[in-house]
Amino acid sequence: MSLLGKLTLHAIPHDPITLGGALAMVFGALAVIALLTYFKRWKWLWREWLTTVDPKKIGVMYILTALIMLLRGVGDAVMMRTQQATSVGAAHGILDANHFQQVFTAHGSIMIFFVAMGLMFGLINLIVPLQIGARDVAFPFLNATSFWLYIAGALLMNLSLVIGEMGATGWLAYPPLSELAYSPGVGVDYWIWSLQIAGVGSLLSGVNFFVTILKMRAPGMTLMKMPMFVWSVLNAMVLVIFAFPILTATLGMLFLDRSLGMHFFTSTFGGNPMMYVNLIWAWGHPEVYILILPAFGVFSEVVSAFSHKRLFGYKSMVIALAAITFLSFTVWLHHFFTMGAGADVNAFFGIMTMAIAIPTGVKIFNWIFTMYRGRVEFKTPMLWFLGFVVTFTIGGAAGVLMAVPPADFQLHNSLFLVAHFHTMIIGGVVFGYFAGITYWFPKIFGFRLNERLGKYAFWCWLVGFCLAFVPLYILGLMGATRRLDHYDPSMGWQGLFIVAAVGVGVICLGIAFQLLQFGVSIWKRHENLDVTGDPWDGRTLEWSTTSPPPEYNFAVIPAASERDAFWDTKQKRAHGGEPTPVYKDIVVPKNTPIGLLIAGSSFLAGFGFIWHIVWLAPLGILGVLACIVVRLADDDTEYTIPAEELKQLELSRKQPA
Amino acid sequence: MKKTRLTLAAPHGTPTSYITGFVMAVVLTIAAYFTVTRHAFPPTTIVTIIVGLAIAQLLVQLLFFLHMGQESKPRWNLVAFLFMLLVLLIVVVGSLWIMGNLNYNMTQGTPKQINQSITHDEGIQ
Amino acid sequence: MSKHKTARPAPSLAAAPADAAQILSANQTIATTEQTLHDKTTFGFWVYLMTDCVLFAALFATFAVLRNNTFGGPSGRELFDMPFVLAETLILLTSSFTCGLAMLAAHRQNKRLVLALFGITFLLGIAFLTLELTEFTHLVHEGNSWQRSGFLSAFFTLVGTHGAHITAGLLWMLVLLPRVWKRGVTYMTMRRLTLLSLFWHFLDIIWIFIFTIVYLMGVTS
Repeated sequence: MSLLGKLTLHAIPHDPITLGGALAMVFGALAVIALLTYFKRWKWLWREWLTTVDPKKIGVMYILTALIMLLRGVGDAVMMRTQQATSVGAAHGILDANHFQQVFTAHGSIMIFFVAMGLMFGLINLIVPLQIGARDVAFPFLNATSFWLYIAGALLMNLSLVIGEMGATGWLAYPPLSELAYSPGVGVDYWIWSLQIAGVGSLLSGVNFFVTILKMRAPGMTLMKMPMFVWSVLNAMVLVIFAFPILTATLGMLFLDRSLGMHFFTSTFGGNPMMYVNLIWAWGHPEVYILILPAFGVFSEVVSAFSHKRLFGYKSMVIALAAITFLSFTVWLHHFFTMGAGADVNAFFGIMTMAIAIPTGVKIFNWIFTMYRGRVEFKTPMLWFLGFVVTFTIGGAAGVLMAVPPADFQLHNSLFLVAHFHTMIIGGVVFGYFAGITYWFPKIFGFRLNERLGKYAFWCWLVGFCLAFVPLYILGLMGATRRLDHYDPSMGWQGLFIVAAVGVGVICLGIAFQLLQFGVSIWKRHENLDVTGDPWDGRTLEWSTTSPPPEYNFAVIPAASERDAFWDTKQKRAHGGEPTPVYKDIVVPKNTPIGLLIAGSSFLAGFGFIWHIVWLAPLGILGVLACIVVRLADDDTEYTIPAEELKQLELSRKQPA
Repeated sequence: MKKTRLTLAAPHGTPTSYITGFVMAVVLTIAAYFTVTRHAFPPTTIVTIIVGLAIAQLLVQLLFFLHMGQESKPRWNLVAFLFMLLVLLIVVVGSLWIMGNLNYNMTQGTPKQINQSITHDEGIQ
Repeated sequence: MSKHKTARPAPSLAAAPADAAQILSANQTIATTEQTLHDKTTFGFWVYLMTDCVLFAALFATFAVLRNNTFGGPSGRELFDMPFVLAETLILLTSSFTCGLAMLAAHRQNKRLVLALFGITFLLGIAFLTLELTEFTHLVHEGNSWQRSGFLSAFFTLVGTHGAHITAGLLWMLVLLPRVWKRGVTYMTMRRLTLLSLFWHFLDIIWIFIFTIVYLMGVTS
């Protein structure tokens, strides 16, 4: 066995498109390294970002990474749309079948695991501690480790473009195709280990935020007084906690099949590939609810803030969230109605699937009722919400249609399905997290985003989305299957595919506006400073801090005795002063590189497993264990800010600029 | 170094409770073992008995070793455990139901054999 | 001199208008802070154990689905040595008991008894693992490895994952017990011993179901 296992120089791609993508990524990374070196920012990077345990910084890093991954995912989408618009009849487009399959596999995996999950955990890190009046999360070191594990997973996924290949199996890698017999290369192994490592990170974050919300709320903030965003995160974390272990087990079993010759999901020797499909969707369905619930939470905050009215139907919103959380564990078979189960099984899951649309509908009505008789301001976050209402409702209706098993037999794996889930994810998850980013940006960075460019970006996304996906609904009804790299002109599909390609172009224009928005806003930040900390006249506790908040969030833990705690405080302030703050010593966790090192070791272990480098995999695992032991032996993980110093810090923060 | 006196309120049993729990668990284990090895009952009955004994031992260990439900309110540990149990049952029972159903529809056999077995099972004329 | 956590906020005697933050900080003593930390950490670990249960649930479900997929090879009835398995089960159960007794000693801050009882727990754990590895080696030598059939893949993975957890627990003891020996039973070591004992009890509970579903049901026709 070679020292480097299966790894040889042949692993470097040589076809133009893959090579081009790989070189673009490598040069991008080199450019970043060059800039850091030129501006002598390595120490700053290490001190402020790589070793931080501050959830606000971790949140920024999550979102930055997710947006970069979005560019990669959209790049894949552009390639797919181009292929499907041009690969007709004698023409064969820009990609051969194998690469097309790798592109759609990478597209789905990156978008779900590194864009959507990244944006979600980013916003959760930024906002949840602030909204519950806490200084930090329950386990700050674990939080940092989770982030770096996410990065390790993202690195592995992207490395497959540079060294080796991606799986050509779709984003869920069904066996027997994903078994060794039919996917002998490293692609599926990259996919497995990228997700396995990132998945552990997600699971640990799930535990972390679940405990944070239950145990670290400010005194007086009972569960029924929490902001709705926090409720939505609590429910999503319940889903993470109970669904992700299924993914870990299933990916593990697939890897055991591939590496140790086991027979869980092989087509012979007593394996059952259908069991994989069953288990992966038992995780997969809760996963999509994990993605959407915090987005719903963002909308609750945004609609309330920009209607200048408290959220309508708080209690029913809480119950709806709980209902969705429970029901999302009872519907997973609707992803494989056609796999051969009988009418009784299909009927049960079909009914449960229809049921889950009901609490979702309740939420949408409550948001609309919140707007009713409010003083609605159509700022960018509100526009994202309105775009969501229109698109998500249509996509949701499509989903309820497919919940009927006989209908699904026609539509399963057609472009109708593809249009449906993209509507849910783009219209719901992406619009929601964009609304969150634009809403909370001033709080985190201390200056506002350019409104006009935000609006242009929104309209491009909305129009682009419609152009890209309405044709897909129609194509699906016309019988077009998903994942086709070529078709016959007699199908009559090309026109619609061309419209869809134009749509993706308009979405790219929207992204360009967003990048421009960030650039212009940063350039003009001194003209748009948020000096009050409360640019939108908000209702929840995060708006009571300065923008940006201090590292410790709150010098004095706020009292939160009402729903919309900050609104309550503002009313009380208006009616005559608040008590002078009394400062105490506070304890803050110290920075540490261990999280980064654990993730680095995991990355090496994953790389070793993928390329069968027999010495690297155990070395990586040992590295992780060593890091844990070192961390556990460290007694000096916190430092104190004495009360007097705290008081000085607070007084100097509140000086006018 | 002066030893700090710990004051911690955490549920922890007594020597008696641990011994009680241990003895009960041993008895339940041996009972299950002999139920199976002595072949004293028909197979379905045996399975019911040993599952019952397993659940009983689960409760014994939860109560006597893990002090479940003895924490102060709010009893989040208990809530988390119950929800886990719910998910576990949904996943295990659901998978068995689904996979059994799939096997029924996709059993090996010639199309004629499958057709015969389904018409017989469904009572189709 | 031991380095312990940097100073906790001192209780305040300032007479200021009562607000929640003040009331809380006025009561802040070392014990309260440690209690909060203990509660938060043990709860977090408990939640992690719940996730581990779901992981095992997926493995149990797979085992249940593949239980008859022997592909012409041997089934449980032909393979399992029941007296051997009973011995393993009783050994692990006893180790859970000694672990519980060790925690009682810990609550009384009796360092020597803690170390002695955890030492016994450790040895029983080693015995369990040895028996299990013997069983596995025997199966492999007879040609009944995890590559033979879906049933055997599921068996080795379910039981093997439990064994891997046991191994992790034993390694944890090797790391934690020297610290207890050096530092005694402090708030910090107490917290970690609590987590370890939760982990160890949880593993015995999982084993009840492996014993019942894999072995006992496996030999019942």
